[in-house]
Amino acid sequence: MLRIEHLSKTFNGHTINERKALNDINLTLNDGDFVTVIGGNGAGKSTLLNMIAGVYPMDSGKIILDDIDISLMPQSKRARYIGRVFQDPMMGTAADMQIEENLALARRRGSKRGLAWEVSEAERQQYRQLLRSLDLHLEDRLTQQVGLLSGGQRQALTLLMATLIKPSLLLLDEHTAALDPKTAAKVLELTESLVKTHHLTTLMITHNMKDAIRLGNRLIMMHEGRIIFEADGPTKSNLTVEALLEKFESASGQQLSNDRMLLV
Amino acid sequence: MSLSALSMALYSAIPQGIIWGIMALGVYLSFRLLNIADMSCEGTFASGAAISAILMVNHGFNPYLTLIFSILIGFIGGMITGIMHTKFKIPAILAGILTQLGLYSINLHIMGASNVPLLRIDTVFNTFAALTGLDNTTSTIIVGLGFAMIVVALIYAFFGTEIGSAIRATGCNPSMAKAQGIDTDNMIIIGLGLSNALIALSGALVSQSQGYADVKIGQGAIVIGLAAIIIGEVLLSAVFKRGNFVAKFSFVFLGSIFYRIIVSLVLQMGLNTDDLKLFSAILVMIALATPAYLEHQRTRSAYNASLKGDHHA
Repeated sequence: MLRIEHLSKTFNGHTINERKALNDINLTLNDGDFVTVIGGNGAGKSTLLNMIAGVYPMDSGKIILDDIDISLMPQSKRARYIGRVFQDPMMGTAADMQIEENLALARRRGSKRGLAWEVSEAERQQYRQLLRSLDLHLEDRLTQQVGLLSGGQRQALTLLMATLIKPSLLLLDEHTAALDPKTAAKVLELTESLVKTHHLTTLMITHNMKDAIRLGNRLIMMHEGRIIFEADGPTKSNLTVEALLEKFESASGQQLSNDRMLLV
Repeated sequence: MSLSALSMALYSAIPQGIIWGIMALGVYLSFRLLNIADMSCEGTFASGAAISAILMVNHGFNPYLTLIFSILIGFIGGMITGIMHTKFKIPAILAGILTQLGLYSINLHIMGASNVPLLRIDTVFNTFAALTGLDNTTSTIIVGLGFAMIVVALIYAFFGTEIGSAIRATGCNPSMAKAQGIDTDNMIIIGLGLSNALIALSGALVSQSQGYADVKIGQGAIVIGLAAIIIGEVLLSAVFKRGNFVAKFSFVFLGSIFYRIIVSLVLQMGLNTDDLKLFSAILVMIALATPAYLEHQRTRSAYNASLKGDHHA
């Protein structure tokens, strides 16, 4: 369970570029919740995920994951509980390293790394099986460099890596935004199936309103560092893109502006 | 110049290339695997030489045993740079320069003078020559190769372990490394320690082979290391499409030997030794600038080709 209490973050405080990225965020995710996050440019969506992952220190508030206060925990320690997939397919994998080496790095997320061999034969078998399930023909390319893979293949691999050790929380930051529509659909399908099989608590930012409505059991809308609208259960599944836009206008007093927002 | 003088010069370039190659491999670890241009090497190289020389001359240590102390002092020097860079956010280049500058004084303290000659002192090279009856150059080649092979084997094995692979991930993609729970600060500190351990070992071997340790022995080391790395990579790409790490490491040594051969050739051709550093600097500058220049040329020619292409007609 994830509990966020009064989380605030201001960038460039006390300067002319001061920007309140998060303004008193309160959010609780129950185990197995799959929450989609939407909002315009600069709404604070990515900042929220980065604060949870520990990329930047927080100004105030608390983040509690599975009853552990992780507010001050360094990013590399939090990684033990958190799986991440980034928007940029280049960011989630090490390009110069082999597919099996990347998976082996992920398999040791949260455990102590010593002088044992990085990849054992038993692991190799496991990786081959997992890769076969992706259906991307990667199972025979274990020792190839990840840099040779396409963006979609890299995102699929990153997803696998993020869930190889079951995370208490999965953070997806527009992880299909950089992919072509067909590949994006495939990666989303994989996301759904992984979340379902492992019963993962998930927070997913998306710029696709339809995906935001279709996927998951809850939806939150952010604007100027605040959560301005929440829906769950049947209320959420009965939402339409038009209804969401209306909600946005009435809650923020503005038109939803996001040059990448997909409304259809 | 006579042919025999030339071949002698070339032959003596080989042992120098091998033992300086260990230094180049150290620079490879920081520059290629961690993406850090680490200037501490000029200091740690001299530290390795200094501690080895003084332990032999003043304390009668076995020459092989002194190498352990050289490795240790190099490791500590590299760690200090790593700590400055990661924990105190000092830019890597500056952190390296600070370590190097500080080590200059420390090295003078270790040696008690700016130069320690190894007169009638047993070294790893002359003991081998005495044992086998081989000449100095040949025994330096054999002993140097022995060290080179041990170092390559150990470093290769290390980068196949969990920590080694975490260090590689840190250099390759720090955000990914952090997301996988790797403490990237510690990996950089260990990586720079290891890199400078090799550099200090090389310093000790170089001083033992040339018969003295000098506080300025490491001057220009990073440029020599980079030259060796780049020449090695050019050679490697000519032989293999994509080499594994054993090939990559071995070609650093080959690059180092080639660098020595080039140097002895230009010296034979009459280059003043005073100009040698300028020559090395220009050589490395050209090598580092070439990829960017080629890329620029490629883009331009592709654009020009598109102007002439018939799809615009």
